[in-house]
Amino acid sequence: MASIGKIARRTFLIGSAAIVGGVAFGAYYVSRPAPNPLKPTEGEAALNPFVLIDRQGVTLFAPRAEMGQGVRTTWAALIAEELDVELDQVRVLHGPAAAAYYNSAMIGEVLPGKGYDRSNFMHSVAETLGKVGKVIGMQVTGGSTSMVDGFERMRAAGASARETLKEAAARQLGVARQTLRTADGKVITPDGTEIAYVDLAVAAAALDPVKADVRPSTEWRLVGKSQPRVDMVGKCTGTAEFGIDVRLDGMKFASVRMSPQRSGMTRFDASAAEQMQGVQKVIDLGTGVAIVANNTWIAMQALDSLDIEWEDAAYPPETEQIFARIASAFDADPNSEMRDDGDVETIPTGATEISAEYRVPYLAHATMEPMTATALFSGTRFDIWCGTQAPIFVQRHCAEAVGLEPAAVDVHTTYLGGGFGRRGEMDFAVLAARVSREMPNVPVQLTWSREEDMQHDFYRPGAIGRFKGAVQDGKAVLLDGGIATQSCTQQTMARWMGAPAAGPDKGTVDGAFNAPYAIPNFRIRGYLADMAVPVGFWRSVGASINGFLLDSFVDEMAHAAERDPLDFRLEIAKAEWGPAATCLETVRDMSGWTGKTPDGIGRGVGFTYSFGTPVAQVIEVVDEDGTIRINKAWIACDVGIALDRSIVEAQMIGGMIYGLSAACFGEITFAGGEVEQMNFPDYDAIRMHTAPVTEVAVLENKRHISGAGEPGTPPSMPALGNALFDLTGTRVRELPFSKSFDLLI
Amino acid sequence: MSTHLTINGKSHQVELPGDVPLLWVLRDEIGLTGTKFGCGVASCGACTVHIDGEAVRSCQVQLSDVWGKVTTIEGVGTPDAMAAIQEAWVETQVAQCGYCQSGQIMQAAALLAENPNPTDADIDDAMLGNLCRCGTYPRIRAAIHTAAGKMKEA
Repeated sequence: MASIGKIARRTFLIGSAAIVGGVAFGAYYVSRPAPNPLKPTEGEAALNPFVLIDRQGVTLFAPRAEMGQGVRTTWAALIAEELDVELDQVRVLHGPAAAAYYNSAMIGEVLPGKGYDRSNFMHSVAETLGKVGKVIGMQVTGGSTSMVDGFERMRAAGASARETLKEAAARQLGVARQTLRTADGKVITPDGTEIAYVDLAVAAAALDPVKADVRPSTEWRLVGKSQPRVDMVGKCTGTAEFGIDVRLDGMKFASVRMSPQRSGMTRFDASAAEQMQGVQKVIDLGTGVAIVANNTWIAMQALDSLDIEWEDAAYPPETEQIFARIASAFDADPNSEMRDDGDVETIPTGATEISAEYRVPYLAHATMEPMTATALFSGTRFDIWCGTQAPIFVQRHCAEAVGLEPAAVDVHTTYLGGGFGRRGEMDFAVLAARVSREMPNVPVQLTWSREEDMQHDFYRPGAIGRFKGAVQDGKAVLLDGGIATQSCTQQTMARWMGAPAAGPDKGTVDGAFNAPYAIPNFRIRGYLADMAVPVGFWRSVGASINGFLLDSFVDEMAHAAERDPLDFRLEIAKAEWGPAATCLETVRDMSGWTGKTPDGIGRGVGFTYSFGTPVAQVIEVVDEDGTIRINKAWIACDVGIALDRSIVEAQMIGGMIYGLSAACFGEITFAGGEVEQMNFPDYDAIRMHTAPVTEVAVLENKRHISGAGEPGTPPSMPALGNALFDLTGTRVRELPFSKSFDLLI
Repeated sequence: MSTHLTINGKSHQVELPGDVPLLWVLRDEIGLTGTKFGCGVASCGACTVHIDGEAVRSCQVQLSDVWGKVTTIEGVGTPDAMAAIQEAWVETQVAQCGYCQSGQIMQAAALLAENPNPTDADIDDAMLGNLCRCGTYPRIRAAIHTAAGKMKEA
């Protein structure tokens, strides 16, 4: 096992040595097939980890977290496409935590290089490297990787299952497999005889799986067309089961009060709680207290009656001190210098120089469903039901918490009431496991209050960006940026693997160093502030910071160059990467961009490349009697291959609104070591009346497929800031904007 | 304390302290989990139900104060027999994570009952208390207009 840990550590090192180390180390493990986690019983046949057939019909497994991004539908469509079944004929399930369900794209994401300049060779290196995910249990939904990951693998799984079913039929009929065809869940002979898959499954399961090529896109029936989502009816009738909806016989309900300073507890007094009607048990968790009761509300009320003294935080207790630590990171050597074109030390003669400092706050995820998990511990087995983006890590960490082997732990993944990165953590499941260990044989559902959820997040870190730029004859000639923040990658890897990642952290500078802009002298450096403030992956991770930092500054450069901000970007994008330029041109044409706006209206453009997807947005704001409202938005993105346009559009709009919520209102601050925000009244978001009317263009000019879940978020923030500048003439370099402008709330 | 409730046309006798919010009675006692917990302070709308047709935040209504017949999302329609508003939601492919949608539908249903022809401004006013972190607002708006059309046909 030691060498697996080593692979993990080396894999997350970023640089050529890491690739060699990762692949070389992983060669043996990587080529070893993962066992099929589906254990068919009598009359069932698991043709591969993604297709199970029994007498009732076909079940497809889409073992990625369905957190709203439509993955369950599109993965099922990819399998169904090749298997020749219709989506309304099949059941789609998540399936267990299993190595076979590793994410092949996520580790490939850590490859060095900007991404958009990746050659076909590098794409195949990424695929090979990605298989390391199988070894280290990287069954993770995140990084906008599900479509990159599933596009080839799910079709291959469907094609193999189809051909294996045909082979079974061929043997039964004594004909060649090639003479048979498939449709509607049946194998069909040349004379029209039909044999249902369900009647062939058991025979097929006894055969070696047949390898088959996937069909060309010209033959697609389902993929590339918008499908009715398989989760839609359940979610519109209140019948979809989220983590918080799990109900088991004899279940009790619990809640927790954990240290708001993320520290220990010196003493607590639960005497009042113990007297309360409906309270079952008070559990000392060392760093907090859990109360088990007859319903969740009684548990929460009882927690409010506790008298607790907490230890001090292990991080600077005040926001100002935290930002001082971030600023001091600039005094040390940079952690990364992933872009260094030309010479940024010398300002070209005759060029106009500008400089600016930007600042963004810490942010909470604030999923609509607060953290929750349901657990049942029998002494020798442990079951956990929750919405998780990382079931294998949940399995391992819960096993440790209850003192069992991972094999004795079953993870049942429900729908997620929002993920955004928050449910890639294990803390909520582990707490449920610890409570459950104290209540053997009693199912316990642990639900956090909204206040507990907001105060115990792994936050998008605050950051400071320092930029110097130079323009000459209307052109960008120099851009030198430094970004100082905490590393989400380092903290998250330490939590997931128990081994911190080291080396240059791509996440910190993502969305900046890989901006597809041709500027002859262009450098981006990342600086890490080493602090214990809990931080983690938040929709679009580093790009959520750098989209605002870099692209706002590019806007300032355009104005310094006395150029139209969209034309200015278009020029440097065109010279670097065509698909980026096409996004800008598309959003220009959709919005009827003229560079001029009447009094009372402001427009701004924003552009970010993240997770392989370039996205350009134009945002329009209006001044209504002194109150500013976001009126309209236009989005152009390029995902290479749009597997389901309706879902891609929804993700783009949703990603943008998530970003606008942060840009307008989002800020987590610290006082006395505790997060000050508690609930939606002090951590508000875009609502119906503040959401812009939006048009989306989904382009397919890129050669390779890329994700849609996150890339809509980063450009929204600079686009809004640039629009506010256009409207008011005031350049605000710090978020959220509600601190500087009278925004409609 | 024993309280009688009528929920989705069915009679329930509940043995709980009178100060327990209706939300938790529905979810943890009766097992109607379609109504969601989001904030506990009436700022997100995920727990919206109807009492005598009026949209209320069930996290703020104490059991002892329930003044009429309760309707939850389960009482609006079922997967096999959806109400027009739910059909409109499905046709428009509104939901992403879906967690807030029960509350959105209950709020929108109350709006449409009162105003069969809501303008965009009416929708803004009625729906601004219902938060959606996935940002499904444009499709919710479209679905409300679609539902209004369906309900006129019916």
